[in-house]
Amino acid sequence: MTTRATTGTPAPAHAPAHTAAQASRRQVLGAGGALLLATLWPTPRSGRAQPAPHPEQGLLVENTPAAFAPNAYIRIAADNRITLILPNVEMGQGIYTGSVMLLAEELGVDMAQVAIEAAPPGGGAEITGGSTSVMTEWLPLRQAGAAARSMLVQAAATRWQANPAECTTRSATIIHTPTGRSLSFGAVAAQAATLPVPQKPTLKDPSTYTLVGHAQHRVDSVAKVQGRAVFGMDIQVPGQKIGTVAACPVEGGTLGGMNKAAALAIRGVQAVLVNAQNNTVCVVADHYWAARKGLRALKLHWHDGPNAHINTQTIYEQLHDGLSGPAIVANTKGDAPAIIAHAHATYTATYQQPLLAHAPMEPINCTAHVRPDGCDIWTGTQIADRARDTAVELTGLPKDKVMVHCQYIGGGFGRRLEHEYVTQCVDFARQVPYPLKIIWSREEDLTRDRYRPAYVDQMSAALDDKGFITALTHRIVGPAVVARWDPPELTKDGYDEDLSVATVITPYSYPAYRLEFARREAPGIVTAWWRGVGGTRGLFVVEGFIDELAQRAGADPVAYRRAMLAQNPRALAVLDRVAQEAGWNTPLPPGRARGVAVQFAFGSYMASIAEVEMPDPDNVIIHRVCAAVDCGRVINPDQVISQIEGGLIFGFSAALYNEITLEDGRVQQTNFNTWRVMRMNEAPRKIDVFLIPSTEDPGGIGEVGTAAAAPVLANAMAAAQGRRYRTLPLLSARNAAAGKEQG
Amino acid sequence: MLSLNINGQPHQVDVDPDTPLLWVLRDVLGMNATKFGCGIAQCGACTVHMNGRAVRACNLPVGLIGEQPISTLEGVDPTDPVVKAVQAAWIALDVVQCGYCQPGQIMAAIALLRTAPHPTDEQIDSALSANLCRCGTYMRIRAAVHHAAGALA
Repeated sequence: MTTRATTGTPAPAHAPAHTAAQASRRQVLGAGGALLLATLWPTPRSGRAQPAPHPEQGLLVENTPAAFAPNAYIRIAADNRITLILPNVEMGQGIYTGSVMLLAEELGVDMAQVAIEAAPPGGGAEITGGSTSVMTEWLPLRQAGAAARSMLVQAAATRWQANPAECTTRSATIIHTPTGRSLSFGAVAAQAATLPVPQKPTLKDPSTYTLVGHAQHRVDSVAKVQGRAVFGMDIQVPGQKIGTVAACPVEGGTLGGMNKAAALAIRGVQAVLVNAQNNTVCVVADHYWAARKGLRALKLHWHDGPNAHINTQTIYEQLHDGLSGPAIVANTKGDAPAIIAHAHATYTATYQQPLLAHAPMEPINCTAHVRPDGCDIWTGTQIADRARDTAVELTGLPKDKVMVHCQYIGGGFGRRLEHEYVTQCVDFARQVPYPLKIIWSREEDLTRDRYRPAYVDQMSAALDDKGFITALTHRIVGPAVVARWDPPELTKDGYDEDLSVATVITPYSYPAYRLEFARREAPGIVTAWWRGVGGTRGLFVVEGFIDELAQRAGADPVAYRRAMLAQNPRALAVLDRVAQEAGWNTPLPPGRARGVAVQFAFGSYMASIAEVEMPDPDNVIIHRVCAAVDCGRVINPDQVISQIEGGLIFGFSAALYNEITLEDGRVQQTNFNTWRVMRMNEAPRKIDVFLIPSTEDPGGIGEVGTAAAAPVLANAMAAAQGRRYRTLPLLSARNAAAGKEQG
Repeated sequence: MLSLNINGQPHQVDVDPDTPLLWVLRDVLGMNATKFGCGIAQCGACTVHMNGRAVRACNLPVGLIGEQPISTLEGVDPTDPVVKAVQAAWIALDVVQCGYCQPGQIMAAIALLRTAPHPTDEQIDSALSANLCRCGTYMRIRAAVHHAAGALA
């Protein structure tokens, strides 16, 4: 599907492009009578590919000594079983389905004939994030399918002494059209495997696609609906014990003391472990409940350490402080500050966004079995390579003795781009002889998350006499997530290019522009990627500000944006379509209001309109959301719609309710009773998504809806209440108080 | 030893009576369809049926269950018309995304349709708003419940 998921790595727009040479690196591996076509998936980020062939459980033997480290495979067995071994992980975004569609389309098989396996870490960096999967795989998957098909056809034609051009493929069968003879793929797989791999296979004309672009059911539905899908949480390794952990609730603190004997006295408790850093305790038991009781019985005492004084206000004050003083100039066009200084009319607004937790439905978990001769890890991860490497580092085992078994992910949202829970699990598992499954309580999951940073942004505009922007300055104050997550990607000036999404990368064009970044790392907390990354962060600010300017100009918010988008036909098309579908120019029932947002992020255009009603300032009913999307060529239309629906709701939840707060260095939100998640009765009554046909290369979609959520809702609420919403979450006591002041 | 009747089968389990049903299912009996989400009955991922009614397994001590029959997603009868209609509707409407909450959603939906074969939106919201979904599949769940009800008509 078209979709990619969630979060992460810096957005496609500035991800290094993979080279054609990488994309075409495919080769056949000897696999005992089967055709095994290996291919190297390009990854969204460069610089991490390692020439380390990794035999997969003895199945694959590379037949050339070249430094080729494939990370994806098509396996066609003699019995006609077709398996696609994929480096991207399924976390709800539908990537398994989309990948099968692309492969099946070119290979000439039915979707139902393809089975999927998760690839173990290979030679490249398998990162599922940044809404990049379909973008990066659009070409290589089709090429791999076409290459395999061409080899199979050649093998069959050779056997028939026929012209390959007279052969077609259908349902994993090669048919010689003139004679009607047929052979299954499996019957010629071994022979096909001896043929050279075409490096530039002919791809189908998109107008002949029978799968791509046509709605297909998800390949993972049946297993998930029957409760058979295996998530990391569901791993059962013979002999495993269950552990649960408590890390020091204050970042940087250490263990002060505990009543170990009390825990060991609990029925079923097997062991109490402490990590080398002396900041995390693990109670191991026969089952989770005993471990949980054991953890409580420990009556843990912590030395809170240097961050014990950190409160949320500390973080916000530091961010607001960064609005003045030095900053990095991240992007500049003309002399925007000078134009603003001399302008007749200017407008300035300051926005604030909170720390956010990920809170996927599946709490963090990992299972590891560390033995003298090897290590197996079972978990849901968006970064299998890092999961393996951390185990290599901890155990001292060679890379080929560490296996990461990737499982279905019960919600990623960027959380599983972190691997510290794998490090933690391996660290404890190496202290015990049995396989250890560590399950975090929801309380641990929320209070020891790695959080979406808080930010403060200020925008200033010089305006012409019609109220349009002649110059714009934008200062972002906050952390550079990439500095920790992938240090080489921090620019030499100290800029994180993720911050360019929705700011520099925007459908608008300004006569003069300046983007500044004042880096302020949050004290006492670790910050991380979160669904929509820079797009979610930036769009709330930029689309809120544009909306304010429209209001200041006395202009209609759609008409004002249309005027700014005159040079951008794709953006204009989504805006016009959504305005029409949402009935923007039609009267609303009393008490209702609409808001609009336009975006270009992750390679996709979207415009959205929300229709809300606010019976009182603390209560918003979202009656309808319309979204028009141009994400280039659509692989699986219904999954694009599904990602927009879900992405919006994920974003609404955060926009309305969510803020991680700290007191004395401790996170205050501990479970779903204090971390409010949008429920069915609070969700929009209706979300209508309209897809604009396009032949452009596919854009990402998994984060698009989330990025739109806060701005479209804030703009609708502003229209409903006659006041601006510049601080998230929208339904906070802070905003209620500010509303009374403004009102 | 405690005796439990799960999916029509008797089970003897040797755990403290305060142990929640969820962990007996998952860690003692190896039945993993029922999911852990919060542990405090706030998210519904662990929804199972007791006497045919939707209950949260994460805060249901096994010592309180007695002879009341428990049914989990792996134990529902796939030929039962309601079960069949619900699972078919979930597949037809491509409801699932990550899928982790869906066993709980489906168990809640089955329980609802047994008591209200033609639920209104309000009845669906009322029965299913205790089940969280972070992927945001709510509208498709609501539509799938209607779809299933239609198939049962």
